[in-house]
Amino acid sequence: MSEGFKLEIVNPEKSFLSKEMVSEVVVPAFEGDMGILKDHISIISFLKPGLLRVIESGSNEETYYVEDGIIEFKDNCLSILTSNIFDIKKVDKNIVSEALSKAEKDIQNSNISDQNKYLLDQKIEVLKSLNLN
Amino acid sequence: MPSLDDLKKRITSVKSTQKITKAMKMVAAAKLRKAQENAEKGRPYSEKMNNIILNLSRSITDKDNAPKLLSGTGNEKIYLCVVLTADRGLCGGFNTNIVKKAKSFFETIKSEGKSFKIITVGSKGYDQLKRIYGDQIIEKISFKDSKKINYPDAEIVGKKIIELFEKNEFDVCTIFYNQFKNVITQIPQEQQIIPLKSSETKENSEIDNYEFEPDEDEILSNLLPKNISTQIFKAMLENSASEQGSRMTAMDNATRNAGELVDKLTINYNRSRQAAITKELIEIISGAESL
Repeated sequence: MSEGFKLEIVNPEKSFLSKEMVSEVVVPAFEGDMGILKDHISIISFLKPGLLRVIESGSNEETYYVEDGIIEFKDNCLSILTSNIFDIKKVDKNIVSEALSKAEKDIQNSNISDQNKYLLDQKIEVLKSLNLN
Repeated sequence: MPSLDDLKKRITSVKSTQKITKAMKMVAAAKLRKAQENAEKGRPYSEKMNNIILNLSRSITDKDNAPKLLSGTGNEKIYLCVVLTADRGLCGGFNTNIVKKAKSFFETIKSEGKSFKIITVGSKGYDQLKRIYGDQIIEKISFKDSKKINYPDAEIVGKKIIELFEKNEFDVCTIFYNQFKNVITQIPQEQQIIPLKSSETKENSEIDNYEFEPDEDEILSNLLPKNISTQIFKAMLENSASEQGSRMTAMDNATRNAGELVDKLTINYNRSRQAAITKELIEIISGAESL
């Protein structure tokens, strides 16, 4: 019996990542981080800005930054649809700071909804932590 | 009868046009391959999105309180038509076909006594529609500056549509674009995106029991706006592949026609040259005879 499940990350332009065997994925779901293991119950949820951790069987781990998206887990296949994702190891620092300053500007805007504010807060926090490393 | 010089000039001009059309065909062919690749790469996203929405809408129990983007406003009085065309011409019937399809749709709506508003994406559609339907066009969007079709562009259009919908500016939204079938055939399509057509929800065979976090309604209301952008993005990708395909065929035809024209003109030119030589010979001979 295998110990993993299938992971697919797609963004509108292309299929971003596809892995046959991952043992755990931690997704920044809207109501809190969620770890998904094999044989998880079918679930649909959506994401807030945060870090997506993909842990493979050989215990090597990859971390991605996602801005939004939807996840669907079904029959041991996890699909993540997101429009904005990048690998934190390969990303250009300038892009991060740019996104950060944009988010900081957006949050100053007083007529955004509470939900958007919450999302922006999250985004700033995560981007800041990325910038430090 | 044009003079020899005129004919020669025309032949050169047709030949240089032929060179241009040939080059355009080559460029279109190269771009087509890329556009086709992009369209294929973009497919999984929209398919998955559709699947998830299908599953979600099936599991919604309280149909009356479903988000308006899914169920509609209850009336069908005002239509919003988004006409997606190219920014460039010289691609055969590509733009005209979309516009034609849209126009016939407008006429049906009109005859039913309903009103409509138009958003054009791409400058060619605007140019063709502004004369007759100028008053109905509320927005024209053009992505002339972006080299590649990208998702943020589609999101701009999607957000605009949702903004209008939230202001109750329209009840039904339909998009027009060309679906890419192959290089020679592109099919103009109309697709209703608001409210979502539920024709595919028939098969109840496999209802999956999903867990939702947060609840269905919240996910749906978050997802549906995204779906609009995704649908538009898909339409834009299909459109760009169609545009290149259409341009390639059109330019291929133009090159061939130019070739035929050059052949015809060359025959004419040679004939006139021969006639001139014969005429000169006759003049010389009759001149010599009269001596």
